[in-house]
Formats: sequence, structure tokens, C-alpha cells
Amino acid sequence: MRATRVLSAALLALGLAAGPAAADSSPSPSPTASPDGSAPTQAGTSFRTATEMKQGQPATASGSTGDYLYWSFPADVGQRPTVKATVKLPQAHGAQTWQLDVYDGLRRRQACQYGADPRTAAQDASQVELACVLRTVRGWAEPSANDPLPGTYYVRLTVVDLGATDLGQPVSAEVRVDSKDIGGAGAVDGSLGRPLVPGIAVTSGEKTDGAKTAVLSSFGKNDGWSSGWWSDRWVWTGIGAVLAALAGIGGYALTRGSGRPSRVPPGV
Amino acid sequence: MIRRQRLAAGVCALLAALAAGMAFPGAAEADETQPSAPKVELVLDVSGSMRTQDIDGGSRMAAAKQAFDEVLDATPQEVQLGIRTLGANYRGNDRQEGCKDTAQLYPVGALNRTDAKTAVATLQPTGWTPIGPALLKAADDLNGGSGTRRIVLITDGEDTCQPLDPCEVAREIAAKGVGMTIDTLGLVPDARTRDQLSCIADATGGTYTDVRHKEELSGRVGQLVHRAADPVVTPVATEGAGQCTDAPQLKSGLFTDRAAFGQQRWYKVSVEPGQELRASVSVADDRAVNPGYGVLLRAVTQSGREIVRGEAAGTGRTDVVSTGLRYPKPASDDDNAPAETVCLQVSHSFSAAAGVKTTPGLPLELTVDVVDGPSGHHDVASFGLGRGWWLLGALVVIGFAAGLLWGWLSRWRVAVWRTN
Repeated sequence: MRATRVLSAALLALGLAAGPAAADSSPSPSPTASPDGSAPTQAGTSFRTATEMKQGQPATASGSTGDYLYWSFPADVGQRPTVKATVKLPQAHGAQTWQLDVYDGLRRRQACQYGADPRTAAQDASQVELACVLRTVRGWAEPSANDPLPGTYYVRLTVVDLGATDLGQPVSAEVRVDSKDIGGAGAVDGSLGRPLVPGIAVTSGEKTDGAKTAVLSSFGKNDGWSSGWWSDRWVWTGIGAVLAALAGIGGYALTRGSGRPSRVPPGV
Repeated sequence: MIRRQRLAAGVCALLAALAAGMAFPGAAEADETQPSAPKVELVLDVSGSMRTQDIDGGSRMAAAKQAFDEVLDATPQEVQLGIRTLGANYRGNDRQEGCKDTAQLYPVGALNRTDAKTAVATLQPTGWTPIGPALLKAADDLNGGSGTRRIVLITDGEDTCQPLDPCEVAREIAAKGVGMTIDTLGLVPDARTRDQLSCIADATGGTYTDVRHKEELSGRVGQLVHRAADPVVTPVATEGAGQCTDAPQLKSGLFTDRAAFGQQRWYKVSVEPGQELRASVSVADDRAVNPGYGVLLRAVTQSGREIVRGEAAGTGRTDVVSTGLRYPKPASDDDNAPAETVCLQVSHSFSAAAGVKTTPGLPLELTVDVVDGPSGHHDVASFGLGRGWWLLGALVVIGFAAGLLWGWLSRWRVAVWRTN
């Protein structure tokens, strides 16, 4: 009896300890963005030419005030991406307002839950910092909703309000995307057939012969997306089942009293 | 799985690098005939004002020459580069003649660095600034092929050949050719030059840069030439109709069209049962427009019922306004169920600012993807899995109650059995 108690206590402890750890080890999506793995040092100028970057990797670019700078990154189910941008401004300039916009794979603008966006840089400020915290990426949503779905996301950084003399001045920008893993809390009943990666219908039909072909977005070409079956809900439910079993044994044991009743003679 | 994938990717990259290394001379030759090779034309202003000594102590012309030397050295192998001058030859005062003065200094093609540099070295600041005619000629130089085409205009003054507005010229060039971009660089520009150059850049989705130092010039031109070398999907030109019945049938891909102010564009896409239609549309404002704009994309059945719509609106400075939609068509039990023709309607609510020409229409980019729809495998929430302390609490309480009940039941049963 004592042995089983010790064993069950150990199991319980193990389950509780393993819970968060197992939840953390959920498969990370981040498909390879740049083939050589190095951080991008330039930005695109449209959705079509957006430079691909990975999460957790700072991307830099130099450009001119007034340019529209585009990057794209992949985001998977259960992630809550945060996009941060720092723009280094020229030495002398007037007040100007910078804005960070995030679009999903269908080029729908995604709302920022919170963050500094847009932000006005005071006259002659050396830099301006922007941030945008997106909503949690869901596995599925109604077609008429614009909830964030797994796939490609576009970041557009540009100045939206500036004095005429500031146009075309050299600026440099750094963008970084990090995600908080929300895990099973964000699970919904459903999943997409394919992630929202633009051009996926064309690229998936092509044969990969190693040639450098132009694609709208190369994320998740060879899978790389979470299959959707893993979640920390397995751990919660598992621990729940173990606890329920232990509680059941405990309840049962309570009705039996401690050990053999004294009135029962030995040898019966 | 991820790690294995990385390893495989690494091996692939290595193999590709080896193959590229071995095939290099052949590849270089093949590029000359490749129809999709990116083409770039540098258009340099050689007007009299380029003599002004105000870039890092040297003349504007000297800065431009030095920048060209550096850019020519660093031009990627696959880029076909040409050089055109404006105002390089005619010294006279006749405006008619001066405005025809644009010449191709180096033809667009595989680059011979020595020849190109020698040609640039001979340039002397001379004449007028016919930007409009030079852009038209440059567009002709880049004609043909399916790759990206980019004009890089470097000038220090505004166009001196009105009434041909170079801004409208740029817009017409962009409307005629697919994937044509004009980037502009102003050398120590005044306010009017800046306005004109940024207008030219905006008309084609290009960029405008204000240059005051030598290294800025070479760095920026080099960056633009390299940008041209990046492989980019070239959109297919299509022409939407005024109503669904006449609309062109589109398959998965990237398309471009023009939508005039107040005009609707209709397209048709065929969707099989069990497939999902994804469409997104971007409308660019290539001229001065009023603040406040929007775009609407609707998926409509042939009988006119709206299935789903995507809409976006905004105010202030922007390059495009875009939206998208998703339509998963439910799978059918009948294998012979016919494909549904979905009509896509695009309309935008840009309005031209006062005094701005309204033709041609605004450039429109449409992506269409028809992919497999959700195939019934759902995520964990639908497996009935739960999470949270309330779940644990509920399971413990229920488990305990069940154990207690079971214990009492069995005691009662034993007691009944004993009494019998």
C-alpha cells in the first residue's frame, strides 16, 4: 500500500513537472527563411518583392525616407508574434511619423493588440522605435472573419507624415519578430488545408529540381508547419486523468478504513 | 523532424553550390539568351548643371562617374545593364533640338566592364535635361524578355522640356509594360526637382533618394542594381470585364490589371468541391490621390449572391491598399459534382487629386490560389481535450466521488453477501 502511494505520488510529481516542459517543446514552425541562414540586410519594396526573414532573427535594411520597406515572416498556430522596428533617422530632420503595418498571407491588414504604432519622431531625434503585438494565430477561422491564421505575414514600414524637405534622406531600419507561445489556450476546433502562404497552389504543383525559381513566398515548402495534433492540452488532460484515478483510489480507500477490520478474525 | 529538414536543406545547398561552381561558365553564357534575365538601364543626366561643384568638394559629374565605376564593378553576372545619357551632346540654345538630346551610351546586354567604364569616362556635362524623352527611349531599350526591368534615373535638375510631363510619361510606361520600375536619384535637388522625381518614382512603384554625398550615390545605385537581380514573380497581364459573364477565367497565379477611378473589375475562378479559393488584391496609387480610400473584393456566385467579401480602407500616405478573401467550398459526396464558377469583383474608392490625369487606371495586382480545403482533420480542441485548473479540479472531484461511490457499493455488496 505504501509502495503504491509513493509510486503514485512520484507519478503525479513527474506529470506536473513534465507538463510545462512538454508544452514548451511543441514543434517550432519557423521554416527556413533564407537558404543560407544569414539575416537579411535589405528589404523589398512591395508585397511581391518582400524580403523573407525568420522569427527571432533581426533583419536590417537601408533605404530612403519615403520608401515602403517590406519583409515577410512565417507564423504558426498558437504563436502571438510581436514585431519591433527601430528606424535610425538622419542627423537633421523635421518631425515625422512612422508606421508599422502587418498584413497576413491574404494581404489583409492585421490589427495590433497593443504597441507603439504609429509613432512620431520629434525634430532631430536620432531614432524612432515601433512595436506591434498581433493577436494569437488560430488554427482556423470563419471565412468572413479576419483572425490571424497560420502562414506568411508581411511587415510594411514607412513614414506616413513628413515635411517635404525630408523626403529621400538616408535611413536605416532594423526589424525583429518574436513570438510568445500561447499553446493550447488558443486552440480552436478546426484547421486549414494549407497554410495561408501566397502562391502555394503554384509552388506545391512544381517539381523541386533545385533551380532558383521566383516564388511569392517560400515558407513551408517542405512542410515545416505544425501538424496541429500536438498541444499542451494533452498534458493537461493526461494529468487530469491521473489525478482523477488517484482521487478515485483515495475515495475508495476511505470507505474501506485503514487495513483489515479488527472484528474479522484472522484466517477468514 | 525540423533538424532532419535543416540537414537535408544544408546538403541540398551544398550540392547546389557545387553544381553552380562546376556549371559556372556555361551558366554565364546561358544568361545572355535567357528571356527572363533582369534588365537595368541607368539613365544619367549630363546637362550643363552637372558641372556644379557641390558634392564632397567635387563636381556632380565627378561623383556620378565615380559611382558608376563602383557600380559597374559590383554588377551581378546575371543582370543585363545598359547606360543612357540625357543632355550629353547638344550644346546649342534651341529648345527643340535640346529636348531630343538623349543617346544610348552602352546598350542593354551582358556587361563588358572595361567598355562601359571607358564610355562613362568620356562624358562631359553639356546640354539640356530632357527627362521625359529619355525615359521613353529607355523603356524602348528595355523592351522584350519576361524578367524584371528597372530604370535608374540620376539627375540634378527638373525636366526642361515641358509640356511633356515626365511624371505622366512614367505612368504610361508602367501601364504599357509589366514589371517596369523607375527609381530616381536627385543630386542636391531643389524643391521642384524633388517633387518631380518623387512623382516619377511613385508612378511606377519605385523609390526616390536625395543624394548629397558620393558614397550615398554609389551605395544606392548599387543597391538598386542588386535588387533587380533578385528573382521575382512576374505577374501576368489580364483584363477584367465590366460584368461577370464577360470576365476572364483565371487559374492560380499572380495577375495585374488596371482599374480606372470608379470602375469595377470582374474575374472568374473555377472552384471544385473540397477546394478553397484564396484571392487577394492590391490597388496602388501611382499618382496624387485624395486622402481617404478603400478597396473591396467580393466573391459572388453566378446568380449574384455574395459568398464572402474582403474590404480595407485607410487614410493618408500609402503605396497600396489591399485586401483578400477565402472561400472553402464544402466537399461533396457526389464524385461528379460540377466545379463552381466564382465571380470576383474588385472595386476601389481612390479619387484623383485636383488637376491629376485619371487615365490610365490605377495598377491592380491580383493573386489567386486554389488549394485543397480543410480535409476533416481537426486540431486538438475537437479531440475533446481540455486544459486549465478547472478541468483538473473537476476531474479530481468526479474521480473522488466515483471512488467513494464504488467503495460504498462494494461494502454494501459484501455486507449483503455475508448476511445471505
